[in-house]
Amino acid sequence: MHYRRAIAGFGVAMLVAACGQPGPSGASPSAGGASATTAATTRGQGGDLKILYWQAPTILNAHQATGTKDADATRLVMEPMASFGKDGLPVANGLAAEIPTPANNGVTKDFKTVTWKLRSGVKWSDGTPFTAKDVAFTYKYQCTKETAASTFDRCDNVKSVEAKDDTTVVVTYTESQPFYYQWGVGGGSLILQEKQYTSCVGAAAKNCTADQKPIGTGPYKVDTFKPGDTVTYVMNENYRDAKKPYFKSVTFKGGGDAQASARASFQTGEADYAWNLQVDATVLRPMAQQSTLANLVTVYGSSVERILVNFSDPSPSLGDRRGEPDTKHPFFSDKAVRRALAMASDRGTVATRFYGDGLTGKPTCNILTAPEPMNSKASASFDVCKFDVAAANKELDSAGWVKGSDGVRAKGPIKLEITYSTTVNAVRQNVQNVMKQNWEQVGFKVTLKSVDAGVFFTNTSPDGANHFWTDVEMFTNSGDPDPTSYFNGWTCAQVTAKANNWNFGNYHRYCNKDFDAIVASLRTETDQNKRNDLATKANDLLLTDVVVIPLVNRTFATSGVSKSLKGVDPTPWDSEMWNIADWTK
Amino acid sequence: MATTTQRVTTTVATPERVRPARSLWGDAWYTFTRDRLAMMGLFVLAFLVLAVIIGPYLYTGTQLIDFARSLEGPSPEHLMGTDDLGRDLLGRVLNGGRISIAVGLTAVFIAITLGTTVGAIAGYFGKLDNPLMRITDLFLSLPVLPLLLVLVYLFRETLKAIFGPELGIFLMIVFVIGILNWMPVARLVRASFLSLKQKEFVEAARCVGDGDGRIIFRHILPNSLSPVLVAATIGVGGAILTESTLSFLGLGFPSDVPTWGRLLFDAGNFIDIAPHWVIFPGLCIFVIVLSINFVGDGLRDALDPRRKI
Repeated sequence: MHYRRAIAGFGVAMLVAACGQPGPSGASPSAGGASATTAATTRGQGGDLKILYWQAPTILNAHQATGTKDADATRLVMEPMASFGKDGLPVANGLAAEIPTPANNGVTKDFKTVTWKLRSGVKWSDGTPFTAKDVAFTYKYQCTKETAASTFDRCDNVKSVEAKDDTTVVVTYTESQPFYYQWGVGGGSLILQEKQYTSCVGAAAKNCTADQKPIGTGPYKVDTFKPGDTVTYVMNENYRDAKKPYFKSVTFKGGGDAQASARASFQTGEADYAWNLQVDATVLRPMAQQSTLANLVTVYGSSVERILVNFSDPSPSLGDRRGEPDTKHPFFSDKAVRRALAMASDRGTVATRFYGDGLTGKPTCNILTAPEPMNSKASASFDVCKFDVAAANKELDSAGWVKGSDGVRAKGPIKLEITYSTTVNAVRQNVQNVMKQNWEQVGFKVTLKSVDAGVFFTNTSPDGANHFWTDVEMFTNSGDPDPTSYFNGWTCAQVTAKANNWNFGNYHRYCNKDFDAIVASLRTETDQNKRNDLATKANDLLLTDVVVIPLVNRTFATSGVSKSLKGVDPTPWDSEMWNIADWTK
Repeated sequence: MATTTQRVTTTVATPERVRPARSLWGDAWYTFTRDRLAMMGLFVLAFLVLAVIIGPYLYTGTQLIDFARSLEGPSPEHLMGTDDLGRDLLGRVLNGGRISIAVGLTAVFIAITLGTTVGAIAGYFGKLDNPLMRITDLFLSLPVLPLLLVLVYLFRETLKAIFGPELGIFLMIVFVIGILNWMPVARLVRASFLSLKQKEFVEAARCVGDGDGRIIFRHILPNSLSPVLVAATIGVGGAILTESTLSFLGLGFPSDVPTWGRLLFDAGNFIDIAPHWVIFPGLCIFVIVLSINFVGDGLRDALDPRRKI
């Protein structure tokens, strides 16, 4: 699965099913929730908490989610064993009593077996006891292929999840797994109740009524659910912490657009929490600054807005062979052209003007920006990372691309004419305009194309990002705290094609043995420092080879939070609702 | 207006010189020129059309992106101000108006032609009435968005290949809007044909041996034009906005083609910090729809065979 984020659009899968930064040298995980402001509160003391998502939830099961909205709406009801904190390490605010590490013998030396100790005495919201069997059942549900879980990627390399006794769960990986928190932690591993879901495993998962009103162990339980509209919750009387949750009820309202959400948060105060305010910085900044009602809360993670370069030939004249991996792009196969394109990309202006210079994004030339030790420092000095139109022109001159009378460079019959696609979104269209102007100064002819996000992020549409039947395309993607699966998306084995129904993650059709070798070592390397080196090496190779042109490191969460609401503390690796039990007023 | 005033004054003195010859179109023009609102509409419409045809050659403004002058209000240098990328708005309005006006007029022309043809045939020939009206119902019940997607996927590449990228998209959009808007016109025309074909003057025409074609074009159609013209004038504004919806969905022109609808959409987010940006394109759409409405009203009165002169 690819954690792609649309600035605006519908049904874009962005399940923050992330994983812990692995390795023996990792800091010891912290215990308990992030907020310590719970001293004087009692359960149900607050009134109604109003949450506004401009995409409405349509299903209340994170394993069947079609987007962040579904996973987040589920998070109020269901919990994982642990959540991912800001540093990418697990936080024990879920069903686990403590976090297993190699230090406390919870993880074996070969990184194959992880033993989780669960809290005892936890009850489901219907009053029945929660046991390790529910965890084992969740694995069975999620990792049965026919269930078609959208969190299925968490199952990769997992051999089994077994309940040893009522409070002990053992997760076993087939191969040594340096990233041993893959299964069980974060939004991709919410635990289902066996009793409720027992008849929903496999193909039956499609028509499971439990998805409308799931029973969970979380702080709230579903009261009413109107798919595509509103979910209302009431507090869970059986929640394990007698003082929580603070709010008596929650209204989770979906619909509208980012702009309207921003107004509801900053100007009218209708919403206590407004999600994903992806509004042009010129508009958002004054709105947030002048607001007496709400603050803009953001957190940086690994979300990077990037431009992808196509290595296959997308010409329609190829018919059935269009964009197949064995075709060669007419001019991007020339590295000089790719380098010139990168050098003429003005990420600084884009970040300053449209992302507010740190408000909702900052310029980056790294495709991997987090965790911090893996954020390459070397890239800043790469020539492909510096905006320099003159250098780009020189590069093309010396490679023999000659400017014609129309200002478009050509070599023989091949002209540098590119189509540049992205989703429909005001910010992205502005970025397209800036890029177009700079690229055309270098001698490209650029045709802009924008596709509805719901169409763009499917593997069925010829206009989709997976088909990539244009020359360059732009969107945001983000990775796990561990970058292995993220980088896997650039390996030869992942090249997307008709044969795999455009399901694979390497949209570029890029194939480089050197890069594959780095990813292969990343899979097996257990030393954290060496892993960091490998990750930066992979990052740098993608940049110098100009496979991808990273532009902006975008904020992972961009929320409007009422000034009276306390305890909101988003992490870049988990659902924004990860600590909703701690929210108070 | 000067000549018409003169005509009026001379009417009293020497009536035989005023109406030298009577023809359907001459009479219509005579009535039309009496209608002040219609004439005003015609002038404004002509002005706008000329402005967008000639304007871009005379004035483009600075269209290079320059953030130093982004979101500036109207000034002598930029008469309509600038957008968020610092591009001159007047230049964009003139340039984009070409497409907007062309799309609006052409799409409505297609819708009217198609609708009138179907409506006339259905209303006049009883045997074809039922099948044609069921087809109309079918079109009315088609869900618009999926249909658009299908049409775009089916025809975009083909049209691009035949007519080139710009004309290809233009034809596609005009066709799509036309094909989605002919049904109400067809119903209107059919209804008035049904009632008119029973009238005495039609029977009289048939008695003197007029054929179906002549009855339709000469006798019934002119009498049923008024609702069509009203529908058409309203349709133009709708078509301009539909075009922007298509662009917004990524199905229309590329996002850097500044059609009026596109400008309006882009400006919407900035309405409180840069109102000029939304006002000018909005005003253009408003004025052109209004003037076409007046012209349509005038035409309806002028072409009505039952008019009193």
